[in-house]
Amino acid sequence: MLKLDEIQKRLLMEVADLHKVPEGAYNIRANGEAAGRFSTANIEISPKDNGSGIDIRIRPGTKNESVHIPVVMTKSGLTEVVYNDFYIGDDADVTIVAGCGIDNCGPKDSEHDGIHRFYVGKNAKVRYVEKHYGSGDGTGKRILNPGTEVYMEENSSMEMEMVQIKGVDDTDRKTTAELKSGAKLVVRERLMTHGSQRAISTYLVSLDGEGASADVVSRSVARDDSYQKFDAKLIGNAACSGHTECDSIIMDRGRILAVPGLEANNLDAALVHEAAIGKIAGDQIIKLMTLGLTEQEAEEQIINGFLK
Amino acid sequence: MLELKNVSFGVDEDSQKIEIIHNISLTIPDEKLVVITGPNGGGKSTLARLIAGIIKPASGKIYLDGRDITGLSITERAKMGISFAFQQPVRFKGIQVIDLLRLARGGRLDAADACEYLSAVGLCARDYINREVNNSLSGGELKRIEIATVLARGTSLAVFDEPEAGIDLWSFQNLIEVFEGMRRNIKGSSIMIISHQERILNIADEVIVLKDGVLAAQGSREEVLPGLIGTASAVKGCRKSGAGKEEGEAC
Repeated sequence: MLKLDEIQKRLLMEVADLHKVPEGAYNIRANGEAAGRFSTANIEISPKDNGSGIDIRIRPGTKNESVHIPVVMTKSGLTEVVYNDFYIGDDADVTIVAGCGIDNCGPKDSEHDGIHRFYVGKNAKVRYVEKHYGSGDGTGKRILNPGTEVYMEENSSMEMEMVQIKGVDDTDRKTTAELKSGAKLVVRERLMTHGSQRAISTYLVSLDGEGASADVVSRSVARDDSYQKFDAKLIGNAACSGHTECDSIIMDRGRILAVPGLEANNLDAALVHEAAIGKIAGDQIIKLMTLGLTEQEAEEQIINGFLK
Repeated sequence: MLELKNVSFGVDEDSQKIEIIHNISLTIPDEKLVVITGPNGGGKSTLARLIAGIIKPASGKIYLDGRDITGLSITERAKMGISFAFQQPVRFKGIQVIDLLRLARGGRLDAADACEYLSAVGLCARDYINREVNNSLSGGELKRIEIATVLARGTSLAVFDEPEAGIDLWSFQNLIEVFEGMRRNIKGSSIMIISHQERILNIADEVIVLKDGVLAAQGSREEVLPGLIGTASAVKGCRKSGAGKEEGEAC
């Protein structure tokens, strides 16, 4: 049975849209301890022997099942590094929902560094959703440094949706992926920073097999005095296709550095990058004002749409 | 009813003051469709932007239903009942057609209502309602969505800045029908369209000709249209009557 307080429940809703115990397999971690765990016939969740995290094993051929592994932290001053390894069997088709919510009302920094490794089997399909959220009015920082490693076998596909909209003071996200032939990786990152927050997002995607493809797209908004760095590098080592895009809005005194990188080591590698940074276009605001919105309401609508 | 009294507007260019609108006074009466026409650069779009509040006059006053709105913002004017369809509609990443229609309507709008507005501008609602108002839409599609937002607002004054610009021939036929429909249901509202198109001029109650920032002519369609010598419509008219021998020849 889950033992969660009201703040933890609210965090769970923010990061995993969970109002109650999820269907399917789950592992809920609260303040550094397991608050609930459930395995199904096809999805086995077990703690690592050294206690550093969990292993999630999904049987080959598992279809239309989901795994939720949210983390919530409400103690100020807690710092943890957790290693979660996902072994996704051949031909499986699953949804994995991760996410971390930190509520820090105290003076000390709270930090969760989740290192996720995905071993995606042949022809398997994975949809991965990860949301990060912070709240609390303490002076301690809310810090999240996720590391994601993806190893994709032939003809597998993975769609990753990573969202961090509010309240995380400091993030250094590193994502690496290695794709064999026919594997397909799609990343959609949405990020908003405000106050004096700092967010760094680094991708290194290696397209190693013929027909592998990657599409890494980040949409972000930097408000107030916040800073973001988006560093996405695609390496084409075979006849493959890759696209990376950084599309950003800056507001107030926000700053963004976009560093798109492409490396083609094969004549038939087709790689594209796009990057655009700018403030909200004045005519967008004017258009919405002619519909009766105030300037501030117009800005909110434009940003909500942009990050939707 | 919208009234402009002695409105002037200018811009500074290379430290020189260039006046675009000179001391214009005009009225858009209730329940009338008024078309503003005239050569390019004559000040038509500037006039529309002055009415919507996007720019403010250097001198003169603007009244809506007797109330001085000269100092009011775009938002305040919109709330008072002025709608404005841009000549070049704006694109928004992530905002869907139904979102824009909801914002225009200013409240709840179910899919069936949204479909009604989209159908009225000749778009198959099912295909468009969830589309993003971004670069994936063609200029013509965007233009029709822009007009649908004005329909959704249902305000007392609708201003259209060259609705035909960027629209293909097939869509144009549809557009005329939209304006004919609006003309039929004009009760309680008025419409101002900036246009060069003869077929739009033909459905006008009143026509105003703006040239070099001044009113060159103003009156009922019957009074003004025959005087539009040299315009595309007049040339076409005289070609029909055989006065001009070749296309484009002055008559």
